[in-house]
Amino acid sequence: MRVVVDLTRCQGYGQCVFLAPDVFTMRDEALLYDLQPAAEHREHVLRAAAACPVQAIHLDRTALPMPPPGAQEPRSAASGGDGRIVIVGASLAGARAAEVLRREGFTGSLTMIGDERREPYDRPPLSKQVLTGQVPPEHTLLPRLREVDAELLFGTPATGLDVAGKRVLLADGREIGFDRVLLATGTRARPWPDAAEGALHGVYTLRDARDAAELRQALAAGPRRVLILGAGFTGSEIASVCRELDLPVTVVERGPAPLFNAMGGVIGDVAARLQRDHGVDLRCGTTVTALESDGNGRLRGARLSDGSTVEADVAVVALGSVRNVEWLRDSGLAAGVWGVTCDAGCRAVDLNGLVTDDVFVAGDIARFPHPLYEYQFMSLEHWGNAVAQAEIAAHNMVSDQAHRWPHLSVPVFWSSQFGVNIKSVGVPTFADQVVFTQGSPEQGRFVAVYGYQGRITAAVTFDQAMWLEFYQRQIERAAPFPPDFRHVGGGVDGEPVPARVPERLVAAAGATVVVTGHDPAERRASLVHPH
Amino acid sequence: MDILKQILDPAARADPYRFFGALRESPVALQDDGTYLVSTYREIVALLHDPRISSDRRNLDSAAPYEPDLHPSFIGLDPPEHDRLRRLAMRHFGPPHAPETVERLRPKMLALTTSLIDALAGRNRADLVEEVAYPLPVAVICALLGVPEEDEPRFHALADEVVETLGPGEEDRAERERAREAASMELSRYLAGLAEARGREPRDDMLSGLMTYRGPEGGMTQDEVVSTAVLLLIAGHETTINLIANGMLTFLRRPELLERLRAEPDLIIPAVEELLRYEPPVQFVSSRVALDDITIGGTTIPAGAPVVLAMAAGSRDPGHVAHPDEFDLDRPRNEHLGFGGGVHYCFGAPLARTEAQIVLNELIRRLDNPRLAADPPPYRPSAVLRGPRHLVVEYDGVAPA
Ligand SMILES: Cc1cc2nc3c(=O)[nH]c(=O)nc-3n(C[C@H](O)[C@H](O)[C@H](O)COP(=O)(O)OP(=O)(O)OC[C@H]3O[C@@H](n4cnc5c(N)ncnc54)[C@H](O)[C@@H]3O)c2cc1C
Ligand code: SF4
Repeated sequence: MRVVVDLTRCQGYGQCVFLAPDVFTMRDEALLYDLQPAAEHREHVLRAAAACPVQAIHLDRTALPMPPPGAQEPRSAASGGDGRIVIVGASLAGARAAEVLRREGFTGSLTMIGDERREPYDRPPLSKQVLTGQVPPEHTLLPRLREVDAELLFGTPATGLDVAGKRVLLADGREIGFDRVLLATGTRARPWPDAAEGALHGVYTLRDARDAAELRQALAAGPRRVLILGAGFTGSEIASVCRELDLPVTVVERGPAPLFNAMGGVIGDVAARLQRDHGVDLRCGTTVTALESDGNGRLRGARLSDGSTVEADVAVVALGSVRNVEWLRDSGLAAGVWGVTCDAGCRAVDLNGLVTDDVFVAGDIARFPHPLYEYQFMSLEHWGNAVAQAEIAAHNMVSDQAHRWPHLSVPVFWSSQFGVNIKSVGVPTFADQVVFTQGSPEQGRFVAVYGYQGRITAAVTFDQAMWLEFYQRQIERAAPFPPDFRHVGGGVDGEPVPARVPERLVAAAGATVVVTGHDPAERRASLVHPH
Repeated sequence: MDILKQILDPAARADPYRFFGALRESPVALQDDGTYLVSTYREIVALLHDPRISSDRRNLDSAAPYEPDLHPSFIGLDPPEHDRLRRLAMRHFGPPHAPETVERLRPKMLALTTSLIDALAGRNRADLVEEVAYPLPVAVICALLGVPEEDEPRFHALADEVVETLGPGEEDRAERERAREAASMELSRYLAGLAEARGREPRDDMLSGLMTYRGPEGGMTQDEVVSTAVLLLIAGHETTINLIANGMLTFLRRPELLERLRAEPDLIIPAVEELLRYEPPVQFVSSRVALDDITIGGTTIPAGAPVVLAMAAGSRDPGHVAHPDEFDLDRPRNEHLGFGGGVHYCFGAPLARTEAQIVLNELIRRLDNPRLAADPPPYRPSAVLRGPRHLVVEYDGVAPA
């Protein structure tokens, strides 16, 4: 059977661990679990799923005692009830969208195109329980929440999109027509810039199941030292796994602290202490300048910007991601290094900034305006965002203008590292100050609240996830910062401090836009690709 | 008369639900005694996760009419004290350190259930509260804590007294609290003796664990162990009795449901969840205090005011669930307030769930043609921990285990 926990919702009640201890495990509040437990655990998993106080545990439809009558019925008789819908990108966002389309009453033909050969699977475990060996890499398939009855074209990359002709072009030459299309091709790992060095035996990146299987093997072989380039979430989680496996590990981070880009310097410092307390050799404000070969095509070590060297036989390049937009190059959509721009209803925007009608976007590839954050466009590489956006996109694909939903959910992210459940709500980099409202870094458990120009914009918890939804409401109603209310366990670290967030990142080198023409009728934007 | 008073009236015990619709019309309602009664799902959930709500009665504005001598247990404390004590208690009961404790008790629970039901054979009438719903959870919590079951007569009346004096309402609170305090005091003296003995000669039980564990965060003082043990001993059975009794009552009122459950034992899993929503053993959370002015549901609860959460009304809020007053086994995603929420989420929830699943399934499977001798049955007086005092059933026989 298949299981997935919506860790965006999970508040760490641990009921699942009590009732199915062979499937779910917990360290403090960090929950890890087997996504495909053996049949003998079925009853335990059913009990766990039923008991979850926030109903965050999702199972294969077929694993339930019986399909609840009524639950499978379409929720609304949608206006776009038939026709042809094509989904490109068959991972979290794509799979969830397919299910929602059917839930919403879409009865037409549905096609899913994906360049991976496997059924849709879950990525977060790849840098956690899969790397520790707790769960085999092939045990990460996403549960099928309902029957989708779709034509599955797996292992076939899309190479082009013809918006006017309503066709998706495939690498094998086929053309798939659509009435509406959903773009959900996500991101891939940013490769090491020097291709030859990146190809050395022992150098890895981590994005898909195959990457995880290979890296797991490399870690299980007991390398002398693992070098991790980049201390974002992925790099930090891999470092955590290395320490759990008792492997010496060096982490090299360009910024002043781990997680700095996502959460700023205050929490970054806490994360740095966490890493060092667990024996990570952490080098911040430093970059790797070269990966070195042993002369036989194997990694021997690396040179760092401070002139030092690190000897390592495994290196993981965790320098963020690149959006899978190349196939959209001639589509006329606003697709570039920033992703595919869309409106809050997930409708793609064309190069001129005009909203299109039949092209929708969801997941890591999407770039959308968020009203809570001054309508700034944002791309969120969060599990919860992919799910929420897939729901909105799918609903809007089969709804008429009057019944469309906006994507207004407050971003929620989680990570498990060094036994700590880290969660955030809101946009922590949208801040000028931070204050610890509950607990403290010294206790290892806390709530940190972020403020921007006098209002609350985000909160980060370490092992205090239960409070998060309160702060989410504070963000939604733009409550004043610093919080001035009296509350339990308050006043430990009372004073707000500067948030030390990164300068808002300017999109890296890549496609840019130029505008030509004079009359309003002929002014047009077009993409310029660097060579 | 305000609605709270009507609900508290013993005459309303058999069906408090008929008042909840009117109650929910004002999600946060000021009662005559100064209590703010919250009855809608969304507002209750919000307050359960609101750090401005305290569980420590010492924060009440109306200066405590009675200063308790006893160390409060974690249920009456706030973070970080609450968290520390709960973590120390959890260490011997569940994850992350003892995740298998409840699962390991399963065979013992089944064996106990089997012998209790065996004893119903050879006659056609039994009181399921006295003979099954009460003795099982008592035996289990005694075994878990390390309290000799033979001492049951010593703590039974005291535990009842503590439960019956729980609110809600402020009017006779001082009096009730004094009575509760006296009963708790005596229970504490009893458990203190046991705790000391376990401290000297530890065994494989929670009392021993609580007395002897010392970690990076330190351990519990003896006072803390005793107040924790009093809490767990009482909460460990007083609520589960109601869950089991309310369960049988609900099933016996619906023969077609009984049939379905008999045919498909797995369905007891959603059935117990639906019971927790539909006939929850804990109807109110009656002891919260606002630490600051909190504006919610169109009302501002002033700092220092007592807050009561009507969990049973929230779980039947039509704004949260479809056809809330129907018992529906097939409810998808049944999110309810049966065990509360937030940091005070019921400590013993997995134990209560497991016990209820086992006992109810065995009763359904083994009792031949069971039927209620009286409907409604007589109820225990408490409106907070609500359940039948007796549940007399008639049956044609008892199938072998
Ligand atoms: C190792 C790892 C750990 C993570 N941990 C967390 C976490 O702890 N918490 C959290 O909130 N989020 C986490 N995430 C992020 C989360 O997994 C992503 O947000 C989510 O997978 C996004 O889903 P998606 O469907 O938009 O994109 P993806 O999952 O990237 O899927 C896109 C799919 O499209 C396919 N594709 C690409 N191009 C084409 C093409 N031209 N034609 C056909 N198919 C194509 C890709 O192969 C892929 O299968 C993690 C991600 C990774 C990789
Ligand atoms: S909230 Fe999280 S930890 Fe608790 S039962 Fe649900 S999934 Fe498990």
